[in-house]
Amino acid sequence: MFSYCTDPDALDRLRWLSCYLTTGVHFSFYLSFLKVIGILAVTAPVALAFGFFGAMSARSSIAPVSWLGKGYIAVVRGVPDIAFFLFFVIALDQGFEWLRHQALCPDWTDPIRQGNDFLVCPQAKLPLGTAPQAVHQTYAFGLAVVTFALVFGAFAANVIFGAMRAVPKAQLETAEAYGMSPRQTFWRILVPQMWVYALPGLSNLWQVLIKATPLLFLLGIEDVVYWARELGGTKTARFTAYPHGDWRMWYFLALLVFYLFMTWGSEKILSRLMTRLTRGQATTGGEAQRRGAAA
Amino acid sequence: MSCVQTIQDYALRSIGIGERLLPRSDFTVCEQVVLIGSGMIWNVYFGFMALATGFFLATAVALGKGSANPWLRKPAELYVFLFRGSPLFIQFFFAYFVFLNLKRVYPFFDPFTAAWLGALIVLFLNTGAYSAQIFHGALQSIPKGEVEAADAYGLSGWSRFRRIIWPTMLRLAWPAYTNEAIFLFHATTLVYFSGFPAWQQRGDALYYASYFADKTFNPFVPYPILAGYFILLTLVIIGGFGLVNRRLNRHLPANARSKMKLRPNLIR
Repeated sequence: MFSYCTDPDALDRLRWLSCYLTTGVHFSFYLSFLKVIGILAVTAPVALAFGFFGAMSARSSIAPVSWLGKGYIAVVRGVPDIAFFLFFVIALDQGFEWLRHQALCPDWTDPIRQGNDFLVCPQAKLPLGTAPQAVHQTYAFGLAVVTFALVFGAFAANVIFGAMRAVPKAQLETAEAYGMSPRQTFWRILVPQMWVYALPGLSNLWQVLIKATPLLFLLGIEDVVYWARELGGTKTARFTAYPHGDWRMWYFLALLVFYLFMTWGSEKILSRLMTRLTRGQATTGGEAQRRGAAA
Repeated sequence: MSCVQTIQDYALRSIGIGERLLPRSDFTVCEQVVLIGSGMIWNVYFGFMALATGFFLATAVALGKGSANPWLRKPAELYVFLFRGSPLFIQFFFAYFVFLNLKRVYPFFDPFTAAWLGALIVLFLNTGAYSAQIFHGALQSIPKGEVEAADAYGLSGWSRFRRIIWPTMLRLAWPAYTNEAIFLFHATTLVYFSGFPAWQQRGDALYYASYFADKTFNPFVPYPILAGYFILLTLVIIGGFGLVNRRLNRHLPANARSKMKLRPNLIR
C-alpha cells in the first residue's frame, strides 16, 4: 500500500509489518470484521421481531396460535444450538429447493432422495448453477441470517413473553377501567412498559449473539475465523512476498481482543439504555431514580 | 449387518475400541444411533471433568472477587471478564494454537494439543469463570443475619466459611449452577469444530452427526438423534442436580426452598 513496500525483504521490522498488514488479503480480513458487525445489525432486529411475534402468539387466546408460539419457544430448549445451526442451514436450503422443484418442474418423475443424494431439477437449484460467485455468497449469508434469527428469535420470544407477564396487572386493569379495548391496552400500556422488564434478558441475549457470531465459520461464511486461519498459517517465500511462521495464535489473540471490546462496549451502552428505560417506571430502579432526582 | 453386530463394532468407536473404519455407504439408522451415542462418551467426559474441577476454581475466584483486597479482587475480575466476554469458540482456537506453538519449543506440551487435555483445560477455565460469577452473586446475597449469627456463636475464619457461608452460597447458587452445567455439556459439542483434531476419527456426538449429515445429505436423521441424546443427558443432569438441591435445602420448610427453574440454554 505504501510507496516503500515494493521490496519487502529490504525493510526493517516496523515498516515490514506496516506493509504486511496492509496487503490486499488483509483488507479482506478487516472487511470480515465489518461482516460480523453487519450480521449483528441485521440479525438483532429480525430476531427481535421474531421474538415479539412469538411472544404475541404465545399470549394469544386462540388455542392453536398459542400452541404455535409456545411450541416455537419450547423447541429450541434442551438442544445444543450449534446442532441447530448445522441442521437449519441444510434443512432450509433443501426446503427452498424442494418448494421450487415442486413449482418449476411439475413433470419431473425421478425421486428427489436417491440414496445419499438430494437431487432437484437444474432449474430449481438455489442459487442457479450459472449464477455468479457473489450470488452464492449472498445466499449463504442470507441463510445464516435467517438461521440466527430463527434461533435467537425463540430466545427473545421467551424473554418478551416473561416480560409481558411481569407488567403489573393493576396497570392493565386500570386501562380496562378507562374503557380501552384489548388492542389499545396491549399497544399503549403493555408494550411500552414491558421493555424495562425485558431489557436485562435481551441484553444478555445480545451478548450471547455477539459471542455466537464465530459460528458463522461453520456455516461456510468467509468470516473472521476463516481469515484468521488462512492468514495466520505458515507462509513460505515461494507463495508470498511476506513469508512468516505459524502466526495463527496472534490472529486469534486479535479476535479475542475484538470480541472482548465488543462485549465490553455493548455492556456500557446497554446499562445507559437501562437507566433511560427505568425512568418513571413502577420498579425499585425507577423509584431510586425518582428519589435521586428529588433529593 | 444386524444391529447387535453394529453395537459390538461401534459402541466404543469414539475411544478407539472396535471397528476401525467408519461406515461409508448404506447407512442404517442403527449405525447412526450407535455411533452418535458412542460420541456422547466424549461429551460426558468433557462436561463432567470440567464441572468437577471447575467447581473448586469457581469457589476460589468467587471469594477473590468478593475480597476487599485489590490484589485478589482485580485479577479475579479480569479473569472472569476475559472468559465471559469472549466466545468459547475463539478461546478453543486460541488455546489450540498457543499449545501448538509451545509444543514446538517444549515437548512437554505434546499432550496439550490433543483434545482430551487441551480442550478440557479451556472448558475448565471457561466454566470456572461462568460459575465464579454465579457463586459471586450468591455470596453477595447471603442474608447478613446468618453471618451475624455465626459471629455471635463465635465462629470465624475457616469454620465460619465451611459451616455457614459456603453451604448457604451453594444453596442460593444451585438453580443457576444447574443451568450452567447443562450449558457446559452443550458447549462440549464445539470441541471438535475448533481446531482440536479428532485423531483417527475419534470424535464427539456432533462430530459423528455431522459426518452422517455430510455423507447422506440428509440432516433429518442424525441431528434429531443427537438432539434426543442431549435431551436425555439434560434430564439426567437435572435429576442429579435436583437431588443435590434437595439435600442443600433439607433444613428449610417446603415453601421456603429455592425452586429449580430452568432457563433456555444459550451458546457461550
